[in-house]
Amino acid sequence: MTGVEGYMYPNEIRLYWSILIVLYPYITGLVAGAFILASLERIFRVEAVKPTYRLAMLTALAFLIVAPLPLLFHLGHPERCYEMYFTPHDTSAMAMFGYIYLWYLMAVLLFEIWLDYRREIVLWSQQTTGIKRLIYRILTLGSSNISEGSLRVDEKAGWIVTLVGIPSAVLLHGYVGFIFGSLKANPWWSSPLMPVVFIFSAMVSGIAAVMLLYMALTKMRGQKIDMLCLDTVAKYMFYIFVIDFTLEMLDLVHRIYLADESFRTLDFLVHTKLYFSQIVLQIWLGTVLPLVLLFLVQIVKMPEIARKRIYAFCGALILISVFAMRWNVVIGGQLFSKSFLGYTTYKMALATHEGLLVAIGLILLPLFFLWVLLKLLPPWPEKSAHPALAD
Amino acid sequence: MNITRRHVLLLLPAAAVAWKSVLAGTPESAPNYTMTDHWWGMLIDVSKCIGCGNCVRACQAENDVPDGFFRTWVEEYHRTDWHLDRPQVISPDGGKEGFPPVSEDPDGIYFFVPKLCNHCADSPCTQVCPVGATFITPDGVVLIDQKYCMGCGYCVQACPYGCRYIHPTKHVADKCTLCYHRITKGLTTACCEACPTGARQLADLKNPKDPIHEFLRTHTVHILKPDMATGAKVFYNDLDGSVR
Repeated sequence: MTGVEGYMYPNEIRLYWSILIVLYPYITGLVAGAFILASLERIFRVEAVKPTYRLAMLTALAFLIVAPLPLLFHLGHPERCYEMYFTPHDTSAMAMFGYIYLWYLMAVLLFEIWLDYRREIVLWSQQTTGIKRLIYRILTLGSSNISEGSLRVDEKAGWIVTLVGIPSAVLLHGYVGFIFGSLKANPWWSSPLMPVVFIFSAMVSGIAAVMLLYMALTKMRGQKIDMLCLDTVAKYMFYIFVIDFTLEMLDLVHRIYLADESFRTLDFLVHTKLYFSQIVLQIWLGTVLPLVLLFLVQIVKMPEIARKRIYAFCGALILISVFAMRWNVVIGGQLFSKSFLGYTTYKMALATHEGLLVAIGLILLPLFFLWVLLKLLPPWPEKSAHPALAD
Repeated sequence: MNITRRHVLLLLPAAAVAWKSVLAGTPESAPNYTMTDHWWGMLIDVSKCIGCGNCVRACQAENDVPDGFFRTWVEEYHRTDWHLDRPQVISPDGGKEGFPPVSEDPDGIYFFVPKLCNHCADSPCTQVCPVGATFITPDGVVLIDQKYCMGCGYCVQACPYGCRYIHPTKHVADKCTLCYHRITKGLTTACCEACPTGARQLADLKNPKDPIHEFLRTHTVHILKPDMATGAKVFYNDLDGSVR
């Protein structure tokens, strides 16, 4: 059989989880990371990152809307997906998805964005005309009270929602890691560190995505980038990336030292089929290089333009690195036989429902949703209808 | 009767439970068969298997197994000297058409290992199914309700033995049912029936008169991957340490 080296159990020759299942943790990771960045300002009072707060929330929402789509496209029977809501199997980690997703979407993200924008929504519903007016009127949910007292309540409620949102974001993505980490049949996945590694890599990728979006959108709007904000965002990205890298290395060292039954197989895999995506892309180009560059920015005084370029370069590398990490987990975990006697090959389809074109569409779709959200709920201070927010 | 909010709040969960029981997987019933009287497994005597592939062909014919996928298959192991960790294994087309002849003067030993779903008592596939489409029957058979399965493939990933696949046209999980439609009618499985040497024996572990008990008492048997703690119920006699 082509693409097989050694011995695979005959049902293992094809991969059952495709690039769409790579996209799924990647997208939910961006959601969780963007939300954590937003919460830095809200909960931890890191005022410097305020210019990214609303953008981070809208980015999280745009990606969250798309998050279940890779799963739906992947399912053999997507029309039965509602079963996970009505008859969830209580011992299955995957059964939690529907509930965590809905909780996060409805109770955390939508609620927090609504609370944060409520004052503007009410004002826009009075100032605009036509279809926009109708949309904003619907978005007010019938509440047009924007007195000081009610706004104070909004602020308090928003704070509580964000507070609840942090563990929810961790849960949203940590559980994705748990889906893989809890499978004892697969030694590449089975690790208690998996959810933690997923969470930290998610934070790094989400922060990188919002940072890049902030830089690009500010430039497109002809505005000046707030360097204090950018430096602070990059600093947090660097710190979290250090933790993420440490955890991944801990996992690696643990595997090497333990050298259990599966080690020789996995070691061979990493040095052959996953060499480019893991060693080159994920570790050297996507992790070590940006870590070194970000570290240099921390200790060497650099001009603004150099810092901007380094941040943009590192942000892009980190996004590639985290995607490569998801790829190495999902695809890598299916390339070897559970007999540890052979390897197979992933042949990515191009135009099928689980093919490359659908995957590219799904990674671009959140950007379209973000564009719509930015039109509907502009996060820029100068567009704010209320002078107090324009400060 | 006036329906109040209180009634609705009580009725909705009750309706959900009822709906669940309507949808939940229930195996095909057979008259005069009491599920709780049985606990099914299988005995495979490796020393008796000749690698003819009859079992694979019988299974495919009985269960309409699609080409390229296997509910059961046979592996040929070639183990030299002390290299238990590096056996040479082949299973061309699941061993359906048998195996190429071995040289007259072989280096090491050759033997055949039939594989199938282990119908684990603590099956990882059942544990992970998000909707409960995979379930274990009261008589110990792991089945899939294919009208309920979403085809997510999580169970395929969770099976340590590679026994599951996603059916290429039904788009749902599929695997050995231990010929449940036959064994509940007093027949044996298609693979056991087709085996010319009796290397495969259906076993009812709850039936004290089943010869499996005498066999297990007097032979050294193993299960596959005991470290996975799946409660596998396919017992192998004369299993070499290189088999995984």
